[in-house]
Amino acid sequence: MLFATAFVMAQTKSSQKKTVQTKTTTSNSSSGLKASIERGQKVYQSYCMSCHQVDGGGVPKMNPPLIKTKWVLGDKKELISDILKGMTEPIEIEDEEYHNPMPPHAHLSDQEIADVLTYVRNNFGNKASAVTPAEVKNVRAKIKK
Amino acid sequence: MLFVAFCISIGVFASDTTKVVKQALHPDADNAGLTLPKGFGAIVMIDSVGRNRHIAVNPNGDIYIKLERLRNGKGIVVLREDASGKATEVTGFGNYGGTGIAFKNGFLYASSDNDVYRYKLNDRNEVIDGEKPERIITGLINRRQHESKSITLDNAGNIYVNIGAYSNSCQIQDRANGSMGKDPCPILDSAGGIWQFKVDKLDQSYGEGIRYCTGTRNIVGLDWNNDVNQLYAMQHGRDDLYRMFPKYFDSADNAELPAEEFLLIKKGSNFGWPYCYFDQRQDKKVLAPEYGGDGKQVGRCEAMDRPLIGFPGHWAPNGLLFYTGTMFPEKYRHGAFIAFHGSWNRAPLRQAGYNVVFVPMKDGKPSGQWEVFADGFAGVETIKSTRDAKHRPCGLAQGKDGSLLISDSVKGTVYKIIYTGK
Repeated sequence: MLFATAFVMAQTKSSQKKTVQTKTTTSNSSSGLKASIERGQKVYQSYCMSCHQVDGGGVPKMNPPLIKTKWVLGDKKELISDILKGMTEPIEIEDEEYHNPMPPHAHLSDQEIADVLTYVRNNFGNKASAVTPAEVKNVRAKIKK
Repeated sequence: MLFVAFCISIGVFASDTTKVVKQALHPDADNAGLTLPKGFGAIVMIDSVGRNRHIAVNPNGDIYIKLERLRNGKGIVVLREDASGKATEVTGFGNYGGTGIAFKNGFLYASSDNDVYRYKLNDRNEVIDGEKPERIITGLINRRQHESKSITLDNAGNIYVNIGAYSNSCQIQDRANGSMGKDPCPILDSAGGIWQFKVDKLDQSYGEGIRYCTGTRNIVGLDWNNDVNQLYAMQHGRDDLYRMFPKYFDSADNAELPAEEFLLIKKGSNFGWPYCYFDQRQDKKVLAPEYGGDGKQVGRCEAMDRPLIGFPGHWAPNGLLFYTGTMFPEKYRHGAFIAFHGSWNRAPLRQAGYNVVFVPMKDGKPSGQWEVFADGFAGVETIKSTRDAKHRPCGLAQGKDGSLLISDSVKGTVYKIIYTGK
């Protein structure tokens, strides 16, 4: 556990602004987490892999990596909002700018978004808390207002 | 005799008064990791130049590389080749990143993602003042998608500039699942084509330029073919047929379609983007799903211009060069080399491209099957993700001796391909 914590801290040096969740489980049972990750992988393959690649490594200059970045490991509300609303401004990660727009994914259900974000936050070397459908629902409701 | 042989072997170090004897070029061990046809060899001229884009050679043989972004404050790097085919960096200039670079009639031309500049050469073919170019074209649209402005020149005082479309397929919501296309596509007013400008007028923009062709999504590799005095280019086809329209396409279709197109461009050509794409399996332009197509319907695409060749999807052709040298055997003369930067949009299938292809040509038309000429740049057997590739071919140029020079955008390597006959 010490090792895991140190690992996460080391990898998030570039995201000082945000507190990173180091807790690795939520109220989900571990089997619930596993099932969510498995469902999330399918969502990832359909909607995300094309740009973010099989290994979450992204494409230089175009599509950002999902590996240990502040966008993925940081504030869950912002992450959920990025998925629902899409992203149009370039972002910079480790001295590389990524330019391609990400379309909104509001057509995905709360469960699908929760699953895919849980998958991404627990794959590609990431380790962070699960995202729940209730959290997605809350953010979606705020965006609609 | 022994003494003479000794002199020849150290010819490169000879003093001013001794005639420098040209050494035979020797390929690197294992051809620098590349696979080439029999009789060819590869030399790594230099590594770590920067984020290499296009490459050009002046009449002296010096090599000029346009960098995507500045390195040590310079956007153009000048290399000098020694007798063994290795190169050293001699100077650099230009405070802008970009892609295009070309020599023509006593000038060097280079582009940023917005502008085109030219630099006068002295009688030794060197840039006189790297800090004071003339800006000949300015204000070209740059919205960070397909933003590079690649260039080529004809023999009548014109320069051709690609302006890529800042979109995948002109959808109402760019790259969104099922989003339909804008009709007509408003992007085509200032992008999605090649514009022609004069080489010697300052600060030209859309008002002064001529729309030379339209319906091209993005072009990075383009070249003027002096055999037939015509413009040729390689179009990057659109992405994500499967992700956005799964009812018509599966992931295997998506990996192969649409074609990357080898184009002969005439004034007024229309290649159909965003309404149409070329399906190399059906050998025709078909209607894009954003405009009501289902992968088979042709509709308005009947009227669009065809490519000369449809290459496999997503290989990303970034360099095009017509070979005019004599170092390579007869087969290669007048033919086209194409540098494919390599794919990202083939997932979940493995990525592909990352090679240099040869197309035999006669009188400006393909005269035989295309073939992979140089491969192995990626340095790994299977490329699952784009970033697995250790090198990606981007620009092409012909060395003074008729060798083929290839720039790599990842590690900043420059390769020299030679023919030894062995």
